[in-house]
Amino acid sequence: MEYVFHWNIVFQKMPQLLHGAFVTLHLSVSAMLIGIVIAVLLAIAKMSKSRIYSLPATIWVEIARNTPALFQIYMAYFGLGALGIHLSPYVAVLSALIFVNAGYLTETFRGGFQSIPETQYNASKSLGMSSIQVYRYIILPQMFRRIYHPMTNQFVWSILMSSLGILVGMNELSGETQRLQSLSFRTLEFFIVAAIMYFIITKFVLLSASLVSKKLFKGDI
Amino acid sequence: MIKIQGVYKSFDELEVLKGVDLDVKKGEVISVIGGSGSGKSTLLYCINGIEKIQQGNIIVDEIDVHAKGTNRDNLRQRLGMVFQQFNSFPHLTVLENASLAPRIVKKLKKKEAIEIAKEELNNVGLSDKFDEYPTRMSGGQQQRLAIARALAMKPEYMLFDEVTSALDPELVGEVLDTLRMLSDAGMTMICVTHEIAFAREVSDKIAFFHQGIIEELGTPEQVISNPQKETTQKFLSKVLH
Repeated sequence: MEYVFHWNIVFQKMPQLLHGAFVTLHLSVSAMLIGIVIAVLLAIAKMSKSRIYSLPATIWVEIARNTPALFQIYMAYFGLGALGIHLSPYVAVLSALIFVNAGYLTETFRGGFQSIPETQYNASKSLGMSSIQVYRYIILPQMFRRIYHPMTNQFVWSILMSSLGILVGMNELSGETQRLQSLSFRTLEFFIVAAIMYFIITKFVLLSASLVSKKLFKGDI
Repeated sequence: MIKIQGVYKSFDELEVLKGVDLDVKKGEVISVIGGSGSGKSTLLYCINGIEKIQQGNIIVDEIDVHAKGTNRDNLRQRLGMVFQQFNSFPHLTVLENASLAPRIVKKLKKKEAIEIAKEELNNVGLSDKFDEYPTRMSGGQQQRLAIARALAMKPEYMLFDEVTSALDPELVGEVLDTLRMLSDAGMTMICVTHEIAFAREVSDKIAFFHQGIIEELGTPEQVISNPQKETTQKFLSKVLH
């Protein structure tokens, strides 16, 4: 069987593809940043001795880690839709990715927090710092260094998982590729180019993360 | 002045302090000696309110440490503490370690905080280490940093919790020298220590702790050279060989 590649049509549609790639990047960065903030709070809640805090955090983490991300996107889009809450594809995918990012990162952060000796907390308190200052200046900076690499892995995972946006008709890279190939029937060409774009995006994110870490983390841990 | 009155402290079932009374006057150096698990370190944690107490009072300059309305974060600015583990902040340089609390707790201007930190670091002999990260320094240097960091808050009292116990033997001297310097400068100090010779040399009073109470209290001559209680004699004969 002979397959003749036709790349021209793909190059013609490059602006749309690049826009899709931009939406993917934007979506994953937002899902990651918001996910990090929520995960810090969930990790602190999960370590709490009081069940009022730890139980909701545990439920969040268990559901996020033990159900398919696809179902979470469906729940946000079709599930909430059935209940009368209509989210746009972007918001639905974003919410689902935040939900699952926060779930996974909570466990990472909890491990990070627990790896910092309690004596660091006592020493900071003995200098007159408030609990919030201890977290802000002493605990969080050390915790983030220790979990930085697992965190960037989650970031890459989140970029690739955002391709599930295709299923709710979102215009991120996969959805856009799907739409464009169906207009031209050059399926293979479009998906090859999209795959290369995903590869470039994840490498770009990993490289930025490594540059940021060199700038940010000077001392030893 | 620090007044400790009838203090009881327990961790769940385990009673650690069983009625401790002790007064520390301004300018005094008091060493607390005794076996492991006798409650010496716990007493320090109770004085600055890191640990709660079940009964009794601890009054620091007329402020009841464990009263409900007490702002303990404020109170701790008066009570510097140095721990057995060095507890340097590994992500901050030496200078940042010492200037952070003056800046964020006392709200000093950055320049002012750095000046104070530099002065205290100079006093403990770390003037060539400002930009170093603590994990690259020896234990003795890290412990001197911890002392300078506490002193940069200009505390009225210093609490030392076995500050030489985690050090290699050859590094103990430099830290003890720093403590000597402080006591010469008139700092009020409570030192929980296993260094009996050092305690005898610098202390105005020595408190011997045994099973959660102060078994014997007096001048170094009274407690170390001429102990009255059998438990004190036993303890000293063990540690002095």
